[in-house]
Amino acid sequence: MSECRLKKINRRSFLASPYALWIVGFTILPLIIIFKYALTDGAGAFTWDNLLSIFSDVHIKAFWFSIEIAAGCTIICILLAYPMVLAMKNLGLGRKGLSMFVIILPMWMNFILRILAWQMILSNNGILNFLLGKLGMGPVAIANTPAAIMVGVVYDYLPYMILPIFNAIMDIDEDLIEAARDLGAGGFTVFRRVIFPLSVPGLLSGIVMVFVPSMTSFVVSDILGGGKLQLIGNVIEQEFTVGYNWNVGSGLSVTLMIFVLISMMFTVKQKSEGKESVIW
Amino acid sequence: MSDVILQLDSISKKFDGKDILKDFNLELHRNEFVTLLGPSGCGKSTTLRIIGGFVKPDSGRVLFDGTDITNLPPEKRNVNTVFQKYSLFPHMTVAENIAFGLKLKKKSSKYIADKIDYALKLVNMEGYGGRNPESLSGGQQQRVAIARAIVNEPEILLLDEPLGALDLKLRHDMQRELIKIKKEVGITFLYVTHDQEEALMMSDRILVMNKGIIQQEGSSKSIYDEPQNAFVADFIGESNIIDGIMVKDLLVKIQGVDIPCVDTGFGTNTPVDVVIRPEDLEVVSKEEGFLKGTVTSVIFKGAYYEIKVLSDGYEWMIQSVNPAPVGEVVGLTVLPDNIQIMHKPASDDEEVVRDE
Ligand SMILES: Nc1ncnc2c1ncn2[C@@H]1O[C@H](COP(=O)(O)OP(=O)(O)OP(=O)(O)O)[C@@H](O)[C@H]1O
Ligand SMILES: [Mg+2]
Repeated sequence: MSECRLKKINRRSFLASPYALWIVGFTILPLIIIFKYALTDGAGAFTWDNLLSIFSDVHIKAFWFSIEIAAGCTIICILLAYPMVLAMKNLGLGRKGLSMFVIILPMWMNFILRILAWQMILSNNGILNFLLGKLGMGPVAIANTPAAIMVGVVYDYLPYMILPIFNAIMDIDEDLIEAARDLGAGGFTVFRRVIFPLSVPGLLSGIVMVFVPSMTSFVVSDILGGGKLQLIGNVIEQEFTVGYNWNVGSGLSVTLMIFVLISMMFTVKQKSEGKESVIW
Repeated sequence: MSDVILQLDSISKKFDGKDILKDFNLELHRNEFVTLLGPSGCGKSTTLRIIGGFVKPDSGRVLFDGTDITNLPPEKRNVNTVFQKYSLFPHMTVAENIAFGLKLKKKSSKYIADKIDYALKLVNMEGYGGRNPESLSGGQQQRVAIARAIVNEPEILLLDEPLGALDLKLRHDMQRELIKIKKEVGITFLYVTHDQEEALMMSDRILVMNKGIIQQEGSSKSIYDEPQNAFVADFIGESNIIDGIMVKDLLVKIQGVDIPCVDTGFGTNTPVDVVIRPEDLEVVSKEEGFLKGTVTSVIFKGAYYEIKVLSDGYEWMIQSVNPAPVGEVVGLTVLPDNIQIMHKPASDDEEVVRDE
């Protein structure tokens, strides 16, 4: 019997082996390589310099700018997501509704194409200024500004904020909302005291899913920032592709990774501690 | 009458084109315990939800203390609800749940703290204030839900099958406690259940509902003893309901046998429904009985035997402290007092709905 079980386990692990191979080949191995580069200098000797290079003027500036963009993007996404989700809920648009499809649809389009579309809309003689002109308002110079980058990242990552919040809010039992109204809560109070606190797990997932990628993205700032505005992602990219300094590039990547891991651990810890206290 | 606190004035409500409530009228008096009793889907919850403000009637008015509140949203009504599923806020402690309504009313924290203590004591949950609702049993959660509603001092408490999710033993305990709480706080209770025993035990007044209309209204005793139609008779307790003919006053013909009764005013040779409670039938020797039949089964039910006797194609149910020999031919008698004569239903809304 035990032999039989042994066989079963073997068979199972055999079935899992492509997955293990994948993990080793595409996650663990690259990580090891990155760490090796990060902790050595050009000659191959051990050094902390690459990790500490984040504190150089140019890098720390890009790093702060990235945090600003990511934080701004996250906040704007939150402010946009709640009204949209509540509207969808109040209109009785369920999980399978058309509205969900409309939100998910852009995610199926090529990422670069979406950003290029925004470039055309926001450029100085683009669609936005054309429309503003028709309305008799002056042209705005959004292209190649932080605002343009913000528009791009918000557009890109908004669905990742909407989906978890939507799921959390749709999971709230309608009876709870009725109970709140029964006890005297008007529309906004119901949101503040019941819907919002119960949506916090979704909100935290949304924050992780928006903050992290918007912090590390470089394509958006490349295209909409006109290459002049450097996010930490751009710096890393250039260390690899332009400067050919893989050691510094890897060092910055590792620093960024550590920062992201710490902030995620913080969020996840809050999430498991749960409940209202997280935000208040 | 001045002590009418709530009045439903010819309320009608359709869902998906189907009549759920039809020209429905209801009056609640101050400090009364009224029960809406009826089978599943008869519109009990809809009635409560109209009073609570969660459903708008298609026509008719809701009058509270004489004021029309038909269009008032739930949060503005001085009515609170205890839901079947408890619906406690999972992100708040028991005390925070109870404080919810009071905080919205901007009561002082001293007042709120006192009220929480009072309410927890009232529902026998002292010391549970800091617990999470999820860590409580169903019965405890329902107590908290009751406390949460009562602290707001509503004029009417609506209870929609509040004990429906509890097991039998706990139900009985909670029924007694609810009566106690009702006495203590002196609020009007409108209670919904489809459990006739619960209704009979708790209520000052019962409204038996079927298909969106009230079939009968009265005290527990009058509804049990004098059902006005076959639906009520069948729904309230177990009954033998059989076709009969009112030969003349004080005489009814059942299964071809004339039997004396106490009812009058049905005219002569009128087809009627006859109701006899199982405990009112007596098994006697075949010579002594009005009716004769064969004993088909005898089941011991603890406090009594349930005996079935087949007579002329109808199976009579009898509850008796003495068993009867299965297969033997016996006689059945009944006192004139214990025969209920009822008009045949005028519409099919009163049609008997048997054990759903
Ligand atoms: N919002 C709604 N939309 C459509 N139909 C509804 C709605 N609410 C209730 N109904 C229908 O109205 C009828 C009466 O419902 P109601 O909930 O009042 O019954 P009930 O007497 O409370 O039954 P139960 O004992 O099962 O709770 C049912 O047939 C139900 O399907
Ligand atoms: Mg119901």
